[in-house]
Amino acid sequence: MRMMKRQQKELSNLRGEKMSILINKDTKVLVQGITGKEGSFHTKLMLQYGTKVVAGVTPGKFGQEIEGVPVYDTVKEAIENHHIDATAIFVPGRFAMGAALEAIDAGIRLVVVITEGVPLHDSLRIKSKAKRMGTTVIGPNTPGVVTPSECKVGLVNMDYLSKGNVGLISRSGSLMTEIAANLTDTGIGQSTLVGIGGDAVLGSTILDVLKMFEKDKETKGVVIVGEIGGTMEEEASEYIKTMNKPVVAWIAGRNVPKGKRMGHAGAIIEGTMGTAESKVGALKKAGAKVADVPWDIGKLMKEML
Amino acid sequence: MRLYEYEAKEIFGNNGIPVPEGKLVLNTEDAIKTYNTLAPAIIKSQVLVGGRGKAGGIKFPENEAEAKKLAEELLSSEIKGYKIRKLLIEKKLNIKQELYFGVTIDKIKGEIVVIVSSKGGVDIEEVAKKFPNELIKKNVDIYEGLPFYEAMNMVRKIGLRGDTLKKGARVLSKLYNLFVKYDAEIAEINPLVVTDDGDIVAADAKLNVDGEALYRHSEIRKEDEFLTELEKEARANNLGYVEIGGSIGVIGNGAGLNMTTLDILRYFGGTPSNFLEVSGRTYMLAEKAVEIVLKNPTVKVLFGNFFGSAARCDVIAEGLAEAFKKGKIKKPFIVSMRGMGAKEGRKLLKDLGIEVYENDEEAAKRVVELAR
Repeated sequence: MRMMKRQQKELSNLRGEKMSILINKDTKVLVQGITGKEGSFHTKLMLQYGTKVVAGVTPGKFGQEIEGVPVYDTVKEAIENHHIDATAIFVPGRFAMGAALEAIDAGIRLVVVITEGVPLHDSLRIKSKAKRMGTTVIGPNTPGVVTPSECKVGLVNMDYLSKGNVGLISRSGSLMTEIAANLTDTGIGQSTLVGIGGDAVLGSTILDVLKMFEKDKETKGVVIVGEIGGTMEEEASEYIKTMNKPVVAWIAGRNVPKGKRMGHAGAIIEGTMGTAESKVGALKKAGAKVADVPWDIGKLMKEML
Repeated sequence: MRLYEYEAKEIFGNNGIPVPEGKLVLNTEDAIKTYNTLAPAIIKSQVLVGGRGKAGGIKFPENEAEAKKLAEELLSSEIKGYKIRKLLIEKKLNIKQELYFGVTIDKIKGEIVVIVSSKGGVDIEEVAKKFPNELIKKNVDIYEGLPFYEAMNMVRKIGLRGDTLKKGARVLSKLYNLFVKYDAEIAEINPLVVTDDGDIVAADAKLNVDGEALYRHSEIRKEDEFLTELEKEARANNLGYVEIGGSIGVIGNGAGLNMTTLDILRYFGGTPSNFLEVSGRTYMLAEKAVEIVLKNPTVKVLFGNFFGSAARCDVIAEGLAEAFKKGKIKKPFIVSMRGMGAKEGRKLLKDLGIEVYENDEEAAKRVVELAR
């Protein structure tokens, strides 16, 4: 019975019926790969920010503590000893799929894969299992998810964020913070920031997160930080037409050569597919405002709110 | 990472897909020898760019003298800027029909998609536009796989019957299996030929393997020959570098921010010479990054645009300072830094006399002005 209530509460969080989406001040977080360099460093920063990191996992390190957080060998053990709502995965690329599948199997509802360099077919397997289990996966190759002043799951730099009511969805990590900083400078706070990741196959697409923001009472508008490659922005445009909330977008990479990979595995243009023109055109047609320069985003959002 | 046709054919052949008899040659002499053993045979340039057929990269000699002339010609020409260094000589097929078989990834759904068509030998995107009904597609969950009966259903829909139906379904199953086995992004046969005898042979073979998964495929060549020399050097240092060709050398952290830097330079009328990302995995390598960008002779001004998030600006600044102190930066150098460690980073560079900004708009304007 208690279990059911908990699941319902978690589901309502995920559906965005609470203020902010995905995570809030009550979210209990697990860190997988907690004893590693990245994992331990960011556990410290997450705790400093007030995130409730309740447990960590590194196989073979049971009994250790990182920043006062107990370490377990397996996710199953961690979940038997703690209530866990979300996990942040900091393990290297070749182990990320195992870690994600383990977390999904253990019943964690939100799995954030920070890891860069996850093979595509591994992401296909993660996504397939998540779909069957009803799990929300964010990433791979993401800075994570943040609800300002409440909780961060990942490695986002918090210095430039402020609490407010505009949601942000980004395929790029550094650009996510840069654009959040611009919003903050313009006096626009953020409800939740979701780095969906830079890879070609992602646990959650722009569309998936847009739907959460549309339902969220706290969120009044959404900023999309897209980039060339793939068709996620085009797919989202169909939905934007039906949205009640204003959308402002930035598409990075209007000036790059075709067929070359631009750092992100997802940012590659093949033929006419995935070009900036196609994305900008689709978004504008759907009624979104697309900025010509990144520092105009705050201004455009202000006009639309 | 895209493999050459001859590499893909070797893998296809080893995995049970019939391929034409053929041999790779690097010079005219070997080309003639091989032609004479296989004749009637065709000559196919081995390059990593698409549209090779249309660009005249495939030849059909009638005799030895013609083969010699054509091989010589090909080996001294280029396709879309890439020099032809290798030729594949293959036994000519008796073509009754050309089909298309392909396996790739539906990125949005996160599934594998299998595609077959009765219209092979032409650009498959064109087929999709002009004859959407001739394109049979099926999404496959990677855990479920493609059962043999589904492969059979698909090839039946494009008209294969009898023995050819079974042979076709077998090839499709094998293509799907090797797609998964080799962590492919695309595995494609266009055209897949039905011969006069009812046999099925892969006349072409395309295989793109996910670069992030190469660690589990030691048999596949690691070096991407599609890259320029500087791009290879950068790759060896784990830096994502792409040449574009303008006058402003660019370094930044994060792929999205880097692309944005290129966008804002263009916005102010400048021309970026490259994309170079120092990021989560490589932000300690700023010194090496500077070296690579400045090796490009077209660079007149160097612009570093950073926003510290996972990558710390102060660490990046240390690398830049090292390069500067060692006299590696002889061109005008502008830096914009914000985010984690930016204050320390800006101070370190400013003390060395480097022009620093806290705002990329002002910095970009200044850079474009200097590049004029």
